[in-house]
Amino acid sequence: MASFLVLLSKDLSRFAAIISPLATSAVEFFKGNEMKVLVPVKRVVDYNVKVRVKSDQSGVDIANVKMSMNPFDEIAVEEAVRLKEAGKATEIIAVSCGVTQSQETLRTAMAIGADRAILVETDVELQPLAVAKLLKAIADKEQPQLIILGKQAIDDDANQTGQMLAALLDWPQATYASKVEVDGDKVKVTREIDGGLEVVSLTLPAIVTTDLRLNEPRYVTLPNIMKAKKKTLDNVKPADLGVDVTPRLKTLKVSEPAKRAAGIIVPDVATLVDKLKNEAKVI
Amino acid sequence: MTALVIAEHDNVSLKGSTLNTITAAAQCGGDVHVLIAGHNADAAAQAAAKVAGVAKVLVAEGVQFADGLAENIAAQALSIASNYSHILAPATAYGKNILPRVAAKLDVAQISEITKVVSPDTFERPFYAGNAIATVQSSDAVKVITVRTTAFDAAAAGGSAAVESISAVADSGKSSFVSRQIATSARPELAAAKVVVSGGRGLGSEENFKILEPLADKLGAAMGASRAAVDAGFVPNDWQVGQTGKVVAPELYIAVGISGAIQHLAGMKDSKTIVAINKDAEAPIFSVADYGIVGDLFEIVPQLVKELG
Repeated sequence: MASFLVLLSKDLSRFAAIISPLATSAVEFFKGNEMKVLVPVKRVVDYNVKVRVKSDQSGVDIANVKMSMNPFDEIAVEEAVRLKEAGKATEIIAVSCGVTQSQETLRTAMAIGADRAILVETDVELQPLAVAKLLKAIADKEQPQLIILGKQAIDDDANQTGQMLAALLDWPQATYASKVEVDGDKVKVTREIDGGLEVVSLTLPAIVTTDLRLNEPRYVTLPNIMKAKKKTLDNVKPADLGVDVTPRLKTLKVSEPAKRAAGIIVPDVATLVDKLKNEAKVI
Repeated sequence: MTALVIAEHDNVSLKGSTLNTITAAAQCGGDVHVLIAGHNADAAAQAAAKVAGVAKVLVAEGVQFADGLAENIAAQALSIASNYSHILAPATAYGKNILPRVAAKLDVAQISEITKVVSPDTFERPFYAGNAIATVQSSDAVKVITVRTTAFDAAAAGGSAAVESISAVADSGKSSFVSRQIATSARPELAAAKVVVSGGRGLGSEENFKILEPLADKLGAAMGASRAAVDAGFVPNDWQVGQTGKVVAPELYIAVGISGAIQHLAGMKDSKTIVAINKDAEAPIFSVADYGIVGDLFEIVPQLVKELG
């Protein structure tokens, strides 16, 4: 019995001798490899809404129109959550800049899986340069390793914020991502470009902007919506961050695009070809 | 006032998008210079020098520019930016990737995807998926602008600009090019083609998409697709026409089995003539089509090929 115990304790101490350095390096791994991911999200007119230009040409009529999270930003939040589920990200912080109701967008982000949220609250019309500056101030405070943004907002169609933020931070960027692979201190990104696909490798910290096929965002479940209500949502103002958000571009007018003349339905292919040849003269 | 165009090129030749951008730059009012940041890009530089309206071509040589990395190309543009009142790039994946970095470092706004130069400080641009056009005015010292190539004619040949070597900025060291997967095709480039044959979810499969090929062949057309077709894996991503894909404005756009979602219309509603083939008479595509045929595309497309002779 005694010899058995001696053998057992020898195994145990050998076991401990193996485990101990692993345990230490595991702790160091997680401490030194804490990867915070920042995900900016924007509240925009829902993608199904066809907006109307106001008759006085002062802008677009969005009173009482359905608002949603920018679809590309949903994809960004989803990607961050997948990185966390894969053990690559340790904390996801959602941030939105704009009116008070953007809180709803942030609660949605937390329902998808962001851990906490920050609202930079202002009623001033925010243009991409100002947003990039606000996000830089947040990034300087939070020190994320990765910032994932939507490639463009479907309201202004600007496609600038991610790239501007990268320049202000002096970080590398990979835009129009269809695949993101984090490996140690690098991220490999497949990008959708005009002729096909391209793969680039960036050293972290880095900026990634999402394209349509990066992932399909999960449906938000009711339990997660309830959980999101309890997560932290901090509120700051642009002045607290020392950023001047005055818009640079002045909108002189907003007009309707040129209207197309009404078309016709043709009864058969012969008629179509005749019209194309003799009426439209395009073939 | 002098405008700088950041050329899109492959070191060997200029991309067509650069020619449309040069036209927009010329409309801004002063001389036009072209920046070629590339590797062994002499041929591209010479091509730029032969474009009408270009006064000077600036060449920055380095392997760090070989693959169009935004960090490096933007830094190169910034090294000479103080000489310019306007900095322009095409609103292609290439230009859109690079230019905002330039604007942010200069602490100025960027005006994305202009469709018209109203005056040196005022421009028109579409937004809300092209359902509204904004006329915006910039009071920034440098106007940084991406150009919707379909809205401006390509600058003609006939120039003889000076070609000047400028010192190249160093590699940022933070990004590297790994690989590229570009399809080669005998068909014209989608963004600039005169005729486009475009397919949607109605085609049903990658195999079925091939029924459009004889039609595209007959018409010398480029081929495009709706987002649904790309998402479903029928065709590659660079075929996508739409708000966040390619914006095209051909002489003739034939939409086959495409319902006509807002986002798709944004990418093709400036086409001169639009034909729609769809079995659903209520499909929104018919609201922009000049000529519509309601019926089974699998019957109509072969009939059309036959009728074209």
